[in-house]
Amino acid sequence: MRFYITMKTALGALRRNVMRTLLTTLGIVIGVAAVISMMEIGNGTTIAIQRTMASIGANTLVIVPGAVSISGVNQGSGSRTTLTPQDADAISKECPAVRNVAPIVRARTQIVYGNRNWVPTYIYGTTPSFLQVREWTDLDRGEAFTEHDVRNSSKVCMIGQTIVSELFSGQSPIGREVRIRNVAFKVIGVLQRKGANVMGMDQDDILLAPWTTIKYRVVASSLANANQSSTNTANSTEVNTLNQIYPNIQQNLYPVPSDTEQADSPKPIRFANVDQILTAAQSGGQIPSAIEQITMLLRERHHLRAVDVNDFNVRDMTEIAKAMSSTTELITKLLLCVAMISLVVGGVGIMNIMLVSVTERTREIGLRMAVGAEPGDILRQFLTEAVVLCLLGGTLGIMLGRGSSYIVSAVLHWPTAVSVGAIVAAVVVSASVGVIFGFYPAWKASRLDPIEALRYE
Amino acid sequence: MELIELRDIHKTYYLGEVDLPVLKGVSLNVSRGELVALMGVSGSGKSTLMNILGCLDHPTSGEYFLDSQEVSPLTARERARLRNRTIGFVFQSFNLLPRTTALENVLMPLTYTREDLSEQQMKQRAAELLRKVGLADRIDHLPSQLSGGEQQRVAVARSLVNQPRLLLADEPTGNLDSRTSEELLQMFQQINSAEGITIILVTHDPGVAKHAQRVIHIKDGLIENGTRQPKPGDAA
Repeated sequence: MRFYITMKTALGALRRNVMRTLLTTLGIVIGVAAVISMMEIGNGTTIAIQRTMASIGANTLVIVPGAVSISGVNQGSGSRTTLTPQDADAISKECPAVRNVAPIVRARTQIVYGNRNWVPTYIYGTTPSFLQVREWTDLDRGEAFTEHDVRNSSKVCMIGQTIVSELFSGQSPIGREVRIRNVAFKVIGVLQRKGANVMGMDQDDILLAPWTTIKYRVVASSLANANQSSTNTANSTEVNTLNQIYPNIQQNLYPVPSDTEQADSPKPIRFANVDQILTAAQSGGQIPSAIEQITMLLRERHHLRAVDVNDFNVRDMTEIAKAMSSTTELITKLLLCVAMISLVVGGVGIMNIMLVSVTERTREIGLRMAVGAEPGDILRQFLTEAVVLCLLGGTLGIMLGRGSSYIVSAVLHWPTAVSVGAIVAAVVVSASVGVIFGFYPAWKASRLDPIEALRYE
Repeated sequence: MELIELRDIHKTYYLGEVDLPVLKGVSLNVSRGELVALMGVSGSGKSTLMNILGCLDHPTSGEYFLDSQEVSPLTARERARLRNRTIGFVFQSFNLLPRTTALENVLMPLTYTREDLSEQQMKQRAAELLRKVGLADRIDHLPSQLSGGEQQRVAVARSLVNQPRLLLADEPTGNLDSRTSEELLQMFQQINSAEGITIILVTHDPGVAKHAQRVIHIKDGLIENGTRQPKPGDAA
């Protein structure tokens, strides 16, 4: 009942001077609206930045096989053949922190179209989800190859902008055939320009094909003759001194077994390995758990005992991820500063008007005291007025802020995201601004001497 | 039985170096149900005395018993409660809350009474009093829509809303013309005789003072004359 009366008195006093009430509230309205719209636009910006960063590859994790030593000579990272396409499938199925997985088979060789030739930086045999991992799904022209093409080892490929300009010089490459080691690949898609990566490597100098095609038709270590990799089918280029002159000639250093010989000596079944597996974590924050899940899974799949070291490495883009998190943090802090300043300004406005109001209503305060208001009653009344003002301003500010961020996103096409946290914070902060900045005027009012106050002109 | 008992009240204002004695030993008794006029020229100390009587101020020395209760040692809070419950105020300049209806003005003191009255009861009581002062048809009017006499009657209704034992009127007719003044003073007399509420009229106008049963003259901080003057036509 007492609270009800205090509330009613405060509302009555505010209603007595609607114009001033509204003008006073304006400070808080603008403050809160600024906070809300800034937070929402900022949230949207953060999301946009994260998306951009993700397209650079901030969330990317690369799984490479471990190293082997041959006669004490370490062959370097990726020289072991332990990763399989089945590993990739298992990761995409069993690691919830991973968004997309693409196995990669690499080749580095010449590609030919008509009378022109070129050696791309990257020839990747992969699956369609490579484009999802690299955030590259919007093609410039044509379409991507499918899982079906991967199963069929279709001779199709997508090429980057650099290859388009080097080989096709302005013509549309769609539907034409390029040859890689005398295997004709039909170009079905052209990737969008991505430019150089942070290391200066041209990312548009790329050819993507189904990994089965690259592995079995180009790198030519097919399932059937995979065991011959030990007898240097795949690595024959390393010792073939003529390959500089005739790059397409596969020179066998050892006698090729005849069909009868092959039938007589059955080969051990060997799995198809991939050179690396490219994965993307669900978000920047999930990278550590993605690494953990992948490591657990692959250790289990590779039958490693607790004492064994990993026969693979999981690498994250530490540098880019760090840049992303520090950018996001910076934006949040910047917005917090703006928010604080505008709310403090609004609060000072409230204090000003409340002080004016106390002076202006000195006689009223004197009268209330004369008829029996205790100092506490006066304090409570003015404090309630200030808090009501601030909450009113907060409510209007939330609506204005939501509205303006909606308009900004509609008109300027800036990304915005609703921030419930900002709304809750704005309400809490505007109420506490009311208490903090309303307290001094209210305290001043409660200390008035009723005799002086009644005589005040 | 005495409602008010002042014993040797002194009030001195300390203005920096200079001491300004305003009341220099006032002793005064007012009985229940009296209608007293407190007269004096300005600067005589009558406003200070009235502030002390109204528990708005406390004396520098001396004792003040209101309704047999010693007032001097009370804290500001206790005095606020005492004012709320036992004293009604009527001011020269009405002091109504602007942009607030007559009804809301009248029930305002009730909101500071620590008593569990429902809003409905408060409104009823306020409306009843407005009817009594002849403003039944002005209940929802704002002060700016009322004449001076009507405003002062709203103020009288406000002073009576908590059923006080003492009503202090400080120059209540100062801003009114002679006809409305006369009406107001008759209303005071009527309240005094019908409800038995003790009324103290502070004034410098002998015309107002003659409506009182007793006139107390104050001069230079001292009571000059505190005798009862039975008035013609006062049956009691």
